Amino acid sequence: MNECCSKDNNEKKKINYYIPFLLIPLVFVIYFFLERGVDYFVYEILKLDKSSHLTEAIRFFLYDTPKVFILLTVIVFVVGIIRSYFSPEKTRKALEGKPLFAGNIMAAGLGVLTPFCTCSAIPLFIGFVESGIPLGVTFSFLVAAPMINEVALVLLFGLFGWKTALLYASTGLLIAIVSGWVIGKLKVERFVEEWVYEIKAGDLQMDEQKISFIDRIQAGFTAVVDIVSKIWIYIIIGIAIGAAVHGYVPENFMASIMGKEAWWSVPIAVLIGVPLYSNAAGIIPILQALLEKGAALGSALAFMMSVIGLSLPEMIILRKIIKLPLIVIFISVVATGIMIVGFIFNWIY
Amino acid sequence: MKIAILGMGCATCTKLEDTVRQAVKETGVDAQIEHVKDIKQIMAYGVMTTPALAIDGKVIAAGKLPTLADIKKMIGE
Repeated sequence: MNECCSKDNNEKKKINYYIPFLLIPLVFVIYFFLERGVDYFVYEILKLDKSSHLTEAIRFFLYDTPKVFILLTVIVFVVGIIRSYFSPEKTRKALEGKPLFAGNIMAAGLGVLTPFCTCSAIPLFIGFVESGIPLGVTFSFLVAAPMINEVALVLLFGLFGWKTALLYASTGLLIAIVSGWVIGKLKVERFVEEWVYEIKAGDLQMDEQKISFIDRIQAGFTAVVDIVSKIWIYIIIGIAIGAAVHGYVPENFMASIMGKEAWWSVPIAVLIGVPLYSNAAGIIPILQALLEKGAALGSALAFMMSVIGLSLPEMIILRKIIKLPLIVIFISVVATGIMIVGFIFNWIY
Repeated sequence: MKIAILGMGCATCTKLEDTVRQAVKETGVDAQIEHVKDIKQIMAYGVMTTPALAIDGKVIAAGKLPTLADIKKMIGE
């Protein structure tokens, strides 16, 4: 989903900045009356049969789609504004000279906040290495940046509730911190391509631009247009499949495959998740429906994390600067972390 | 004037090059346009996000796609 960099629209649109603020109360009203409204529409206006599978599926779809889009727009807008305060250059400066463990914690946190796309992974990696930031700290950043992103959090919050979203974010951070620390301890410097160390990065000759708050609001708009236009179709397809599962798949169907009793469901979920890539937007709604049918939370979390956090295209890009053994170490350390999280949550709940 | 587009061939980088070419054409500024794809040269500019735009060795924008109007303003100065 963070496939490529943020882009401004070619034709700058004139936006009246007070409009979003006038819309806030309206959005709140829609959001809080959505469920009743949809119920009224489905049962009273369309007069659909309450007990039928189709009605259930339609109701689910009509309720979840607007809910997710409202949340997505609001959160992506806010995150877009917050991100305008951060940049990879500032992050690098903040991480310079930080000791290993504290550096890992900071890198994971900054990984969440700094605007980052996989296409910039190479200059970012080299930039970090060049200014002496330890590899382990760099990896904490590279794990946290894609794994904890606003789209995943919005979907988790909207479809699973705030507890699951918080659980995902905190365990994701923990995995980023610990795996970066472990990789740092493994002395993997020799697995970085030699030429990376020979690069002499220049000093950035760029004027600090004064960014007004209006510009930051503009950045929020740009983020919304950029992200929503890219993923809306996956969300709708995901919710449609989720709705079908919700209406038609029998209760407890998933218990035997992805349930608690099946201990192997966690590693399998991770293994399937690594090559599957990025369409968290489509996968999370389906997962919610599966959870309802008896899949275990830990297995579901593990699956999500490996889909979002470990992506094949990112590995292919990183392969240009780090050697295969380090790619393998990177994947195995993070995958192990994800599995531990999966097992713990299957065990707790 | 020398305009350098820094990027390793991602879709946004190509779009930036197109926009720059259009801006140069429309303003009639005398400029050499170069698309720098080699990572070592890109790093020499000190940027950590691509695509980036440099005019006469000075980085003007990094990590985003400036609008046509913005680029015209940048090369007009």
